[in-house]
Formats: sequence, C-alpha cells, structure tokens
Amino acid sequence: MSDPADLTIAAAGAKLRSGELSSVDLTEAVLERARMSESHLHAYLTLDQTGAREKATAADAALAAGDDRGPLHGIPIALKDNMCTKGIETTASSQILAGWIPPYDATVVSRLQAAGSVLVGKTNLDEFAMGSSTENSAYGATRNPWNTDTVPGGSSGGSAAAVATGSALAALGSDTGGSIRQPAALCGVVGVKPTYGLVSRYGLIAFASSLDQIGPFTRSVEDSAVLLEAIAGHDIHDATSIRGEIPNFRGSLHHGVAGLKIGVIKELSGPEIDPEVRTSVSKMHDALADAGAEVTEVSLPSCEYGLSAYYLIAPAECSANLARFDGVRFGLRSEGATTEEMMAATRAEGFGPEVIRRILLGTYALSAGYYDAFYGQAQRVRTLIRQQFAAAYEGVDVLVAPTSPTTAFEIGAKTDDPIAMYYADVCTIPINLTGDPGASIPIGLDSADLPIGYQVMAPSLGEERMFQVAQAVEDIANFTARAPLATSEVVSP
Amino acid sequence: MTDYEAVIGIETHVELMTDSKMFCGCPVKFGEPPNTTTCPVCLGLPGALPVPNSEAIEGILQIGTALGCQVADTSFFHRKNYFYPDLPKNYQISQYDVPICHDGEIQVEVDGEDTKIGITRVHMEEDTGKSIHVGGGGRIHDAEYSLLDFNRSGVPLVEIVTEPDIRSAEQARAYGAELQRIVRTLGVSDARLEEGSMRFDANVSIRPAGAAELGTRAEVKNVNSLRSLQRAVAFEIHRQIELVESGGVVVQETRHWNEDSGKTTSMRSKEESEDYRYFQEPDLVPIEVSAAWRDAVREALPELPAARRARYQGLGVDARVAAVLVGSEDAIGDLFEGAMNAGGDGRLIGNWLSGEAVAWSRAEEVAIGDTPLVPAHLVELAEMVGDSTLSASAAKQVLAGVLAGEGTPGEVAESRDLIQISDSSVIEAEVDAVLAGHADAVASIQAGDNKPFGFLVGQVMRATGGKADPKQVSDLIRAKTGG
Amino acid sequence: MRADASPSPVSIAAMPVEIDIAKVASLARIALSAEELARYGAQLGAILEHAERVQQLPTEGIPPTSHPVPMTNSFRPDKVTESLSPDEALSGAPAAEDGYFKVPPVLGDE
Repeated sequence: MSDPADLTIAAAGAKLRSGELSSVDLTEAVLERARMSESHLHAYLTLDQTGAREKATAADAALAAGDDRGPLHGIPIALKDNMCTKGIETTASSQILAGWIPPYDATVVSRLQAAGSVLVGKTNLDEFAMGSSTENSAYGATRNPWNTDTVPGGSSGGSAAAVATGSALAALGSDTGGSIRQPAALCGVVGVKPTYGLVSRYGLIAFASSLDQIGPFTRSVEDSAVLLEAIAGHDIHDATSIRGEIPNFRGSLHHGVAGLKIGVIKELSGPEIDPEVRTSVSKMHDALADAGAEVTEVSLPSCEYGLSAYYLIAPAECSANLARFDGVRFGLRSEGATTEEMMAATRAEGFGPEVIRRILLGTYALSAGYYDAFYGQAQRVRTLIRQQFAAAYEGVDVLVAPTSPTTAFEIGAKTDDPIAMYYADVCTIPINLTGDPGASIPIGLDSADLPIGYQVMAPSLGEERMFQVAQAVEDIANFTARAPLATSEVVSP
Repeated sequence: MTDYEAVIGIETHVELMTDSKMFCGCPVKFGEPPNTTTCPVCLGLPGALPVPNSEAIEGILQIGTALGCQVADTSFFHRKNYFYPDLPKNYQISQYDVPICHDGEIQVEVDGEDTKIGITRVHMEEDTGKSIHVGGGGRIHDAEYSLLDFNRSGVPLVEIVTEPDIRSAEQARAYGAELQRIVRTLGVSDARLEEGSMRFDANVSIRPAGAAELGTRAEVKNVNSLRSLQRAVAFEIHRQIELVESGGVVVQETRHWNEDSGKTTSMRSKEESEDYRYFQEPDLVPIEVSAAWRDAVREALPELPAARRARYQGLGVDARVAAVLVGSEDAIGDLFEGAMNAGGDGRLIGNWLSGEAVAWSRAEEVAIGDTPLVPAHLVELAEMVGDSTLSASAAKQVLAGVLAGEGTPGEVAESRDLIQISDSSVIEAEVDAVLAGHADAVASIQAGDNKPFGFLVGQVMRATGGKADPKQVSDLIRAKTGG
Repeated sequence: MRADASPSPVSIAAMPVEIDIAKVASLARIALSAEELARYGAQLGAILEHAERVQQLPTEGIPPTSHPVPMTNSFRPDKVTESLSPDEALSGAPAAEDGYFKVPPVLGDE
C-alpha cells in the first residue's frame, strides 16, 4: 500500500517524523480519496477542505519547529456530525439543525485540536444517532464501501465508512446502543465504546445521556488505543465524567492471551445470530483458546431483556434531551400563530419519523400511570443486567460475542420495520446498559465479501485488558482485506 | 353561618447570590443587557451539559439546616418536563422524590401567640429566563410577540415548601418575614421580593372549623411584598368563604394577585394536572452529604433570628422590642449589637432604638443607618441616665438630637440644656416653692389623700425644665408632706 | 448479506397497549395529523408489546439504575467563566430583536 490514505495512525506518525511524509501530503491524499468515494458513499455531511489544509500546514510547521503534540499530530481525523464544532455546521443529520453553526467546541474537539490533529470533516449519521443503518439521515443515507447496495451500519455509519475508505485515517463516533461497534463491524474497521464517563460528552448532541459515549474508529487496535488516550480523561464540563487517572491503554497491548479467562456469552451465540457470523466468531473463540486463553461459556440470561430495557430507557431520555429543539433559540423554525403552535409545527417538520417515534415512545414511558411499568421497570432490569455482568467478570477477564447478528444488510431492508432494525443492536446494547467498555475487531468476510466483527468486552475501566485481547484477535485474524471503494481502481468517476 | 378555618401552605423560591450560576460559569448579575450573561449551558444549546455549583449546594444546606431540616444522606436531581419558551431545555433541573433537605420548622409569633410552621421540603433547582410581552399593553394574552432574555436562566433557586400549617393571613406574613430574615442572616440571598429574588406562592383553602379534611385549594401567584402576601391571602380566604356561602364551589386553579385592584383573578384552571414526567437527571450524579459535612454546615451557621431574639431578651429586652431589633433594618440590629459589645444597658438601649429611633426615622424619613448615631453614643446616653446626669425623658430628647446630627449625647445634653440638676439644694428650693404655692394640695396629702402627690411632682419637674431627678423630687415631697 | 437473518419477533400490526397517542404527541409538543397519529400509535403499540418483556423479570427489591458508573458529588467551584458574546448567543436565533430572542405570542399561563 503506497497511498498515504491507507496508513494507520502509527505508520503515518512514523513517516511524518522521519520526514518521508508531510501532514499536507497525508491530508491531500485523504481529501483525494474523499473526492473519489463520496459520490458513491456519502460518508461526509461537511468536508472542510480549507480548514483541513490550514491545520495540516500548521501541523507541519509546528513539527518542523520541534513542537510535537504526540501521536495524533498532523493526522486527518473525521468527526461524527453530532459533536459540536465552533464555526463548522453541526446538524446531527437532522433538518431541525440545518445550517446551525455552534458557538463552541465539544471537549473531544478541543482535545483533538490540542493533540495537533487535522479535522477533515463531519460525518453522516442516523438522525440524532437513532438508528442502526445511517439511513435515517435527513441528508441521505451513507453506503457501505464494501458493497454500496448495503448499509454501513449505524448510527455512526459515516465515520465507519470514512475510515474503511481512507477518507480519514481515524474518526470519532458515539455509541448509545452499539452505534460505534456495529458500523465498525459492518465496515470492517476497529471501533471502541469506552467505559461510560471515560470520555467527556460535553458538546456531544445528546441522544440518551446515561448511555451515550464517544469512542474511536480506526484501522488497527493500537490506533484506537492511541486515539482514546487523546480524548479520555476528566472534564469539568461533564458531571458524569470519571475523575482520577486515565488507565494505560497500550501497556499490555502485545502481551497475548495466554492465561487469560475469556467468557463466551451464551445468549449471544444462538440462532438469532446469522450462521456465517456464528461460525466465524466461533472459530475465533477456538483460536484464542489455541493461543493459550481459557475460553468458557458464560450465561447471562438477563441479556435477553437488554433490548427491551434499552428501548424504554433510551427513548425516555431522548424525549427530554430533544425537547430543546423548539425553534426558539437556534435551528429550524416553522410558522405558528403562537409560540406553542410554532414549537409543535417546528418539531413535526424538523424531526424525521424515527426520531418522532422515539420521542413519543419515551414521552409515553415516562407519563403518569405508565412510569413504573415501563421506565421504572426498565431501570430495575438494567440493574439486574449490571449485576449479572459484574458477577460474570468475577470468573472471566473479558467477555466475547459477535458485534452484530448479521453482516451488512441491504439498503431499505429494515426501514419499514422498526423492531427488526432494533434487533441489529441486540449484541451491543447490554454493555451500554452496564457502562462497560467494548471493542469490535474485523475478523473476516462472509460469503458475500462483507466484514464480520468480533466483540471484546471488559469490566468498567478495564480498557487495558480489552485492548490486549482485541490486539490478539487482530493478530490472529490478520484481516488485511480492504473495501473495494478504498482502492481507486474500482471507483468509476 | 358556618365558621370557617383557612388552611394555607406557602411555596417560596429564593435565588441564591452565588458568583456563578447553578450549572454553568455565567455570572449571577442583574440589570445586565439581555442575553449577555449566557452560554451554551444556560441557553440550552445542543450538546451542553450541566455541572452543579458547589457553593449553591452549600447555600441550600445552610438554609435547610437553619430551618431545622433533616439533610438527606443521598439526594438526586430530576428533570421536570414542560414546554415553555423561557425554559431553554424545556425541562427544569429540579429535585423530586428525595429533596436535599426535609422536615424542618419555623416558629412565628402573631399577637403574642407562637405557631410552628412545618417545612415539608427544601430543594434545589434552576431559575428560568424572562419573557417580555410586546404590544397589547404588555398583557400576555393580547401581545403581538414576546421577547426572551436568558440572563436569569440557570440562577440557583431554592424552593422551600411548608406544611399546610398556616391559619391566617397574618401568620402567612409572619412566616414570610421570618423566612426572609433567616435567609438574609445566612447571607445566601438578598431575598428582595420586589426584585424577585424571593417569591411566594400561597396555596389557600378553607374548611368548616374543626373539619379534618382539606378543602380544594387555589394557588395564589404574583405576590411581590410581605404586605401583598398578607393582603392576597386575606382576600383569597374571604373570596372562598363568600363563594361557598353563596352556594358555589372552590375550584383548583392558579390565581393571579393584582396589587392595584387588591383582588385575585383566575389564570387558568388545572383541568387535568400537569404531567411533568419527572425522571432522574442522567447528566448529574447523586448528592451525598456526609455527617461531617452536615456538622460543618451546622457549626458554621451564624446566630439565627430566633436565637438572637432570645439572647436580647436575656439582656433584659422586652420580647416585642427584641422582635423589632432583629426584624427591622440591619442598622438597628448592628447599633444594638455594637452597644451591647461596649457594655451598654440592653433594656434602655433596646427601647430607645425600637421606640424613639424608629419613630424619629419614620417622621424624618431618614434611615437610621444614614444618621451619625453610633453604638458609643447609645452607651454614653445610657450611662448618663444611669448616673442621673439625664432623666429618662431628657435622654429621649438627647437621642433625637444625636440622630439629627447635633453632636454626641454629652454635647446635645449640654446645648439643649437637659443635664439633670445635681445640686440637691437647688431642687429643694424648687420643691419648697411649689409646696408653698399649693398649700391645699399639701393639706390634702397630710389628711391622707395621696392624689395630689403626682401633681406636685409634675409642678416641680416643670419648674426645673425637666432637669430634676423625679425620684429625688418625690422623695423630697414625701419627706416634707408626710405623703 | 443476510437481510432476513433476524426476523422481527412481533408483527407491527399488533396494538395491545392502550395509548392516548394524541395526548402523548401534545405532551411531546409535536403537531401530527390524524393519519400520522394513527400510524405512530400502531407502531408504539407494537414496540411497547416487545418492551413489556421487561415486566417478566422479577425485580422486587432491585434498585433502579439511573447512571451506569456509581459516582456522587460531581461539582464545580463557584467560579465565573466567560459568557458568550451577545452576537454568539443570538447567532442561531431564528428571530431576534434588540438583543432578545423573539417568538410569536405566548399562550401560557405566566
């Protein structure tokens, strides 16, 4: 691979420091890749070419002057468009925020800037991160670079597709029910949902506050660890951000799995998982055992209730989080004779059907007379799931499962059936409920040449162990295939 | 005609005067141009998150502790969901089932009768922005459009809710006044009703005297002074009694107090109760107050009004006087404290301050704090009475002179020629002259009728221009008349 | 690509849960047509039937989880930080006048 757009962060960083490559070269390569692929993919909502070139030039100058900001210095990175960027349009893929330019930066944006990275642009997502296919975008769907008839997964489908294609070396997404891990699996890249509270949510347009967490998309496990190190850590602007030392994510990266106890989640190994995915994942279990891990099956019966609990908790929180989109202070305003009418019309016009569905669902689940049966009960089930995971981690170091029950599905296949779409998150949702970290690592392709993801989960703040196992999975899988759209030959202009 | 009993509960909102807002770093400042003390958090912009101000938590703990409340070991923030344009997030961060403080009480006194008003809860929340209704004479229903200023959005707000223990408009006012004194003593808020940094809503209902069940209540809003609190509650009690007496039924509704008309009018009946869909605020974590924290707050509390009144009474001050000293403008209390620290006579000085000084201040329309009066003057004055340099009545005149800026008590007594005659031969001469001029009165006394005695004393006092010691005069007259 | 690998467990036609969808939409301040209300009502019914599964688990004595990572007392010091400039504050306003956000008349009760 000679094109700089195909490099990992680690490899590009080495070339930047050896003088073999400049950040401007790297950025131009990435922008060129975007120019080639965007008409097919629509991974980006905003491509900030001017800003990216300026930042790349500045990064080169700083490096030449000896001001090395670390591993992300000069690296082109994309951001999911639900993270506020001062001066750059931020829409969360919603019509209700069309044209909105935030007057402030999200904490992750400030941290990436401080680390010297180059912001390439803002990537597409399911509106307000609600969805599993990036089809629920008011600005059009993103397609999977492995097969443009299929979805990239979601909700961070744009970030996953950009990293898979090479229109960014890495990207940030947000994961509320699997929105990083599932698209990472479907696009054949590494995606990590960190421990809840490890990365500040300040400036992330909230979907479900107690579940949302920002994390990286990269082409290697090591890159994810590097990117996470740059954005993790306590933030005074987020009261749920964890205080204290950031764990070391790379310390044991290459220590292998010998002697580690790995638990296979029984409830995520059954017939609800596509047979090809099941076979591929099962082979990886065996390979890890061969590498010296003690692999056992662990039963977490409450897992099966995760989806139900999630589809009460997340809509309830979103019904309040999205109340601020009312046409008063920012964003779309529709006509109305009174403020009340204006608000109701703005929200009807500005929100897409999936967002309206979830707001209504959450409003109902919180309303008088139904709270205990729905929202209250879902929160108690959440406790049960946390308790079962905590108990499981007394016996194993990490838990593993498929990331997604299927590989990428066809565009439009599930858009008319919300519940079928919700099932796409069945493997990822449990650890959003528990707050634990999880990573998806590509381990192979199915018979249709679509990527399969393997999920490694660890207890809260167990990122170091999670990355260690993820690295072993990556080493065993030796997944070197690239999405067709990542190579210029197959792209017809 | 049935006898009715009023049942009143009061909800009070107090804005805390912290430097920064409840959940963001914007300054708590009033009178600034619109939307200049705002940020993504208090404007409710997408992505912004709240982080609680530790000083506001200290402030509410002080209020709760001062009200004798229990402090919850662990309490939570909730979201109260309702759409209103002055509420940027369309939910208010508040507290719901577990407030930070609960179960306290305030004791108030009306006409010498003490009543305990239970405090149900004291909870933390955030203030809203302000709307201006333009056109239609500023009335909301006729306005052409509205303008929104979010400078006040997110100012820390403490809500204090009483039990329905209040039985009269006078008690309602006494409660409001005592709560205001407590909050000001703590220094956590300026508690100005006219500026809205302290706001009362009164829930008023009536029932036949002795009934156990509560009547349907109306909530009275827009009460902007202690006086209007009393008037509004009195009006509402009267309205409900008249309504029921004439065969009507009280409906649960919010009523607006109109200061000019002196009436409450219906704003909107609550046909169905609001569904606020409270749920625990996921952007915030629980508040945990340790025993050590609770103790530290309690130990750091200043002396509260009730304790201060009791201490003053211990110094010989009458209960009513103590109430005035603690309840009126700060200057009076400060003068009294200063004079006590300098060893002054509490009873005398308390009476002067609560009586003559307050009366003078009202008559002259000059605040006592704006006069040259200092504690040392009061101590000097009390000493002049104590050593008979001044009579009690002369002392009051001297005090007026000091307040008017005529100088120190000594100077005023000198210049107004009020110093008591200390030479007993001079007084005796005046006594003899008066007795000689009123032989019939002397004869009456000598015959056993003591009535003219006071008259004779008065004559001597008049003759000496009030400068004689009345006791000395009495003694002399008694000795000379055998009265 | 196996679009049918995870068939939906319930049909969208089912509507076993009583929902006053018009009231819900009003609480959520979303103006919906009768046709939209009917459609969302049916979908909510189906989703809730699935979500009702949470009621199958015995949870007596189990406390609710509102926050996945146990933490308490996350406060900030009482320090003033810079506010937005008036231009920034109003930069996204659909309508503004004299430094205020401007809205149509308010029906409300305050």
